[in-house]
Amino acid sequence: MERIKAIIIKEWREVFKNRFVFFTVSFLPLMITALPLVILFFTGRSEDFAGVTTADLPPQFSSLCSGLDGAECMLYFIVTQFILLFMMVPVIIPMTIASYSIVGEKTTRTLEPLLATPVSTLEILVGKGLAGVIPAVVATWVGYLLYAAGAHIIVSNPHVVNKLFDPLWMTAIFVVGPLLSLMGVSIAVMISSRVNDPRVAEQISGIFVLPVVGIFLGQTTGLILVNQEFILWMAGVLVVLDSILFYFAVQIFQRETILSRWK
Amino acid sequence: MINKESVIHTRNLSRSFGEILAVDRLSLAISRGEVFGLLGPNGAGKTTTVRLLAALLQPSSGEASIAGYQVGIDDQEIRRKIGLLPEAPGLYDGLTAEQNLAFYGAMYGVEEISQQIKRYLELLGLWNRRHEPVGTFSKGMRQKLAIARALLHEPEVLFLDEPTSSLDPQAARLVREFISDLKGKGRTIILCTHNLEEADRLCDRVAVLNGHLLALDSPIELRRRIFGRKVVFHLSATKTEFEPILLEFDFVNHVEQIENKIVVAVDDPDTHNPVLIRALVEAGAEIRFVGELRRRLEDVYLELMQASEGIINGTN
Ligand SMILES: Nc1ncnc2c1ncn2[C@@H]1O[C@H](COP(=O)(O)OP(=O)(O)OP(=O)(O)O)[C@@H](O)[C@H]1O
Ligand SMILES: [Mg+2]
Repeated sequence: MERIKAIIIKEWREVFKNRFVFFTVSFLPLMITALPLVILFFTGRSEDFAGVTTADLPPQFSSLCSGLDGAECMLYFIVTQFILLFMMVPVIIPMTIASYSIVGEKTTRTLEPLLATPVSTLEILVGKGLAGVIPAVVATWVGYLLYAAGAHIIVSNPHVVNKLFDPLWMTAIFVVGPLLSLMGVSIAVMISSRVNDPRVAEQISGIFVLPVVGIFLGQTTGLILVNQEFILWMAGVLVVLDSILFYFAVQIFQRETILSRWK
Repeated sequence: MINKESVIHTRNLSRSFGEILAVDRLSLAISRGEVFGLLGPNGAGKTTTVRLLAALLQPSSGEASIAGYQVGIDDQEIRRKIGLLPEAPGLYDGLTAEQNLAFYGAMYGVEEISQQIKRYLELLGLWNRRHEPVGTFSKGMRQKLAIARALLHEPEVLFLDEPTSSLDPQAARLVREFISDLKGKGRTIILCTHNLEEADRLCDRVAVLNGHLLALDSPIELRRRIFGRKVVFHLSATKTEFEPILLEFDFVNHVEQIENKIVVAVDDPDTHNPVLIRALVEAGAEIRFVGELRRRLEDVYLELMQASEGIINGTN
C-alpha cells in the first residue's frame, strides 16, 4: 500500500506539470459541464414546452417519465441527454494521465531504475491506474453536481432536476463512470507499453472513446433508450471488459518486454 | 580484505536480442567486497550483463545467481539486495532531489528513510539543494543523486553502469573518490566503464568483454600476462652496449637499449633485479635510476581488442 500511495503522489507531481495533461484534466470536464448548460439555457426553459402532452412523445419515454407531465418529460429528455457526454470525462482523463505517465517514463528512461526495485508490476500498474482514475472520477462527480446545480437554475423545475438524482443516473455516474475510467486506464497501459510517443498512445487510446460517443448519438437520435436496464447492462459488460483488459494490461506490461523493446 | 565467498555467480550466461548475441556464455564468480570492472567496446554486452544480473532481463540460456538467489526465479529477492545506477540516471525532473529519494525509499521499503536521505545527500554534497527540482540540476549533480538513490537501501551489491561518463574531470573525480570510499565496506561493486584508468584505480579485478569473455584478472596480472614485467635502468651517458651481457641470463626474456636507457623483460623483478644490477655495475655501468616500466591498462585493453579482432578476421 505504501508503494502504491507513493506512486500515486509521484505521478500527480510529475504528470500535472505537463501543460497538455493539465489542460485535458481541467478543461475537458469544464467544457463538458458548460456546453450542455449553454444549450439548455437556449432550449430548455420550462415555458417553451408548455403545450406538450404525454401523447406527443415517443411511447418508450413514458416509462421513464413516471410522475412527470408531458412538458416536464420533454425537459427531462433534454436535461438527461448530456449525461452520457459526461461519460467521456472518466474515459479520457485517465487515458491521458496513464499515457503520459507510462510513455513519459520510457522516454525519460526513468523506468529502468524503477523496475530494478522490488516493486511489483501489479503495484506499478495499480498506482499509475489510480493516479488516472481518481482525478477522473472526482472530475466526473464534481462536473455532474455543477451540471445539476446549473440545470436547476436554468430549468427551475424541481420535478425535472430531481430526476437527475434517480437511481438510474446515480448508477451511471457512480458505477459506470469509475468502470469506464478503469477501461480507459487499461487500454492506455496496453498501448503505452508498445509505443514511444505519449501523443500517439493517447490518440490510439482515444479511438476507444468512440463507443461512448456512439451511445450518446444513439440516445440523441432515439435509437437507444437509456433506461435503468440499459445502464445496468452497461455496468455488467464493463465489469467483464475491465477484468479482461486489466488482466492483459498486466500481462503486456512486463519488465522484460518493456526494457527489451524500448529502443 | 576480500572475503573469498562469492556473491555473484554466472554459468554460461547468455542473452540474445533476435540475431544479436549480446552476452555469450559468460562464466564469472565475484567475491563479496570485490570491486569488479566490466570493460569492453560499445556493444560488448556490459549493460546487458548488468541488466541480467539485476534481474531486469531474463537470460536466453545459462544461469546467474546473486547472494544465492537465482536470476529468473528469485527476482524479487535479488531486487531487494541490489542497487543500480543505470546508464541514464533516470530521475524524475519534476520532483525535488528529496522527493526523488523519498519515492525510491518507499519502493525499497526503507525504514528511517529521512535519515538515509540526509546521510547520502550530505555525503554527496547535495543536501543544500534538496528542495530544488531535479530538472534544474547539472549532469554531475544528477549522477550523484542517482548514486545516492542506488545506495538508499544499503544494497549488498551495487551496479554502476558508467558512473563517470559525461562528467567533467572534477565531477568524475569526486564520483570516483566516492566509489573508492565505498570500497572495503563489504559491499560488492560491479563497475562498467570505458575509463581504463578508473578501472585500474578502483577495480580489484576486471573482465574484458566483447560479447564473450576475453580476459579476466586483476589489472596488474593482466598487464603482466600481456606484456610481461619490464624493468628500466637509467644509466649515466655511456657508449657501451650492455645487451649481450644481460642476455646471458636465462631469466631475461628481452633487452632493448636506447642510448643510456635499458629496458629488460624479466619474470620476477624482485629476485632478478639485484643480479642484473650487479652485472651491469661490474660491466662498468653507472646506474642512476631503476624503475618498472608500467604499461597502462589501456595498452592491455587495446592489445586484447586487437588480438580478438585478429582471431575474428583470421577465421573469415
Ligand atoms: N533492448 C535491446 N534490444 C535489442 N538489442 C539490444 C538491446 N539491448 C542491447 N542490445 C544489443 O546488444 C548488444 C550489447 O549491448 P549493450 O548495451 O549491453 O552493450 P554495452 O557494452 O553496454 O555498450 P556501451 O559501451 O555502448 O554501453 C548491442 O549489439 C546492442 O545493440
Ligand atoms: Mg552500456
